[in-house]
Amino acid sequence: MFYRETGQFKTSYRADSQIFPIWQDRIGMLVVLFFAVVGIPLIASEYWINAILIPFLIFSLATMGLNFLTGYAGQLSLGSAAFMAVGAFATYNFQLRVEGIPFFASIFLGGVSAAAVGILFGLPSLRIKGFYLAVATLAAQFFVVWCLTKFPWFSNNSSSGVISAQTITMFGFTFDTPIRKYLLVLFFVILLALLGKNLVRSATGRAWMAVRDMDVAAEVIGIPLMRTKLLAFAISSFYCGIAGALYAYCYLGTVEPDGFSLDLSFKILFMVIIGGVGSILGNFLGAGFILLLPIFLDIVLPAVAKVLHLPLSSQIVSHIQLMVFGALIIFFLIVEPHGLAKLWQITKEKLRLWPFPH
Amino acid sequence: MQFFIEIVMSGILSGLMYSLVALGFVLIFKASGVLNFAQGSMVYTAALAVVGWIDMGMPMWLAILAAFLFMVLVGICTERFVLGKLVNQPPISLFMATIGLSFFLDGLAPILFGSEIRPINLGIVDEPIQSIMTATGIGISKLDLFSSFIIVILVLVLTLLFQYTRVGRALRAVADDHQAALSLGIPLENIWAIVWAIAGFVALVAGLLWGARNGVQYALSLTALKALPVLILGGFTSVPGAVIGGVIIGVSEKLAEIYIPPVLQGWFGGNFGGIEGWFPYIFALLFLLVRPEGLFGEKHIDRV
Repeated sequence: MFYRETGQFKTSYRADSQIFPIWQDRIGMLVVLFFAVVGIPLIASEYWINAILIPFLIFSLATMGLNFLTGYAGQLSLGSAAFMAVGAFATYNFQLRVEGIPFFASIFLGGVSAAAVGILFGLPSLRIKGFYLAVATLAAQFFVVWCLTKFPWFSNNSSSGVISAQTITMFGFTFDTPIRKYLLVLFFVILLALLGKNLVRSATGRAWMAVRDMDVAAEVIGIPLMRTKLLAFAISSFYCGIAGALYAYCYLGTVEPDGFSLDLSFKILFMVIIGGVGSILGNFLGAGFILLLPIFLDIVLPAVAKVLHLPLSSQIVSHIQLMVFGALIIFFLIVEPHGLAKLWQITKEKLRLWPFPH
Repeated sequence: MQFFIEIVMSGILSGLMYSLVALGFVLIFKASGVLNFAQGSMVYTAALAVVGWIDMGMPMWLAILAAFLFMVLVGICTERFVLGKLVNQPPISLFMATIGLSFFLDGLAPILFGSEIRPINLGIVDEPIQSIMTATGIGISKLDLFSSFIIVILVLVLTLLFQYTRVGRALRAVADDHQAALSLGIPLENIWAIVWAIAGFVALVAGLLWGARNGVQYALSLTALKALPVLILGGFTSVPGAVIGGVIIGVSEKLAEIYIPPVLQGWFGGNFGGIEGWFPYIFALLFLLVRPEGLFGEKHIDRV
């Protein structure tokens, strides 16, 4: 009864094309935003901001990038971590080598560099799809990380390619405390999520979905396949690149190319699958779920082991983590292929009638 | 020249190892149209099972037999609880499900059998054969030779099995058209169980040979990823293609590893080792652009 759209009539085109057509959604969104911008910096501890909230936001962004490509345009990619690495290292180099460049410019250029690399490795998608494309993106994953490790120029001649992110200073304001970094990341996430949400309901997003559902049919109704696919690769990599730069600058501080390993790519893919393929909200749910699950297991497993009197080493915990990840992926693919986002949608349907279902 | 031959030889031998993993992919892809990403993890699981059971005091042959039965069980469970539930889903969903399976096995196997690195002793020493060494100056390891021998036999047996036996005919029929095979009275589920059992067996052989070479460790699961470019090169559906693709990938990556870094070093300075890590993928990628169906694959392909 609290979530009903009855009586909310759309009387103009403007109202009809709102992102959130129902006032409950709009208010809910405002409350969430207000809480994220004002509430969290006030109440969250430094540990929470540093170890959970910042990576959560960054991974949501990377997941959104992969979701454009895999969820909307239907091109499977196993190389998202590589595009993140390109973003991080490009941003680092712009900061390092261009005198007095503002941080916004270098992170934007970092994203553009990632997009360029994305287009390059997206080119094979014009001829191949499915598994073949997955192998092509694996090539990106290994090749990019190798390049960043072996060419000393990228990491300013540091040993084994480690870079230390410079401190971010903008408008005479230094982003050095966790809260400031959090707000910076939050700014990017809100901006890009808003952009993304609008993108997927624009002509571009619809073209992506048409290509995903059936590329031949899409071509027949006049969607240029080449442009659409490459655009998906570019925008996806752009998002991943920005996420990678934030990962280096606001989360880790010091990164090496090997940090952007295949495992990270898989993690992002899992976030997409569990969160919801083809959903913007799903990215946040998936990222949160995958990030919180290990912490949850760390707490629960020792307690369970204690009750059952089983020996438990940290190694076994990490193995159980792998198992749970794998099992969850299979579970979601079988039971709910549209992920947590779909569950939220079902909840909303239920809430319309609750508590008077008749 | 001698150096060159030695590199090519070592490339062929390591390539045969890749093709052994690729074989497992091909078998399952042929019969059910699923690209089983978990093949590498199955290799790891099988090898771990063998060393795990030997550690528990079983004799070698019993451990291998038990590991084989275990792999059959894994295969049947996969069929029953994972792929069986995903009938009629797009192939990419099945592929992602096997990624999940691979994580599951990577976690399960070390819990059951322990995760420390252990060698498998097949009773054959990993040292160059003296007679060849003295005659030509080229070192070929006994173990490598033995492995290649086993692989060649395995491929022959599998080819014969596919061509001339009742089960083989049924397998090919299922691969061609599920529905038609079903209507002719071929029990689809049993066939899939058999395929997974064979794939498990191939994984076991691969695990034993890889394990004897490098020790049983998690890296097995990752090295197996190299089977993907092998598949692209050889074609997803061809058993001989897997072998020839494996050899090409093995030789080319060894040659690249030896001859490219000095060139790069001349241009940029610094150390450029580790080309092996990405070369097969880029090679396969370029190959894809020219011939998307692979060397021996069927012409029919999802082309855009």
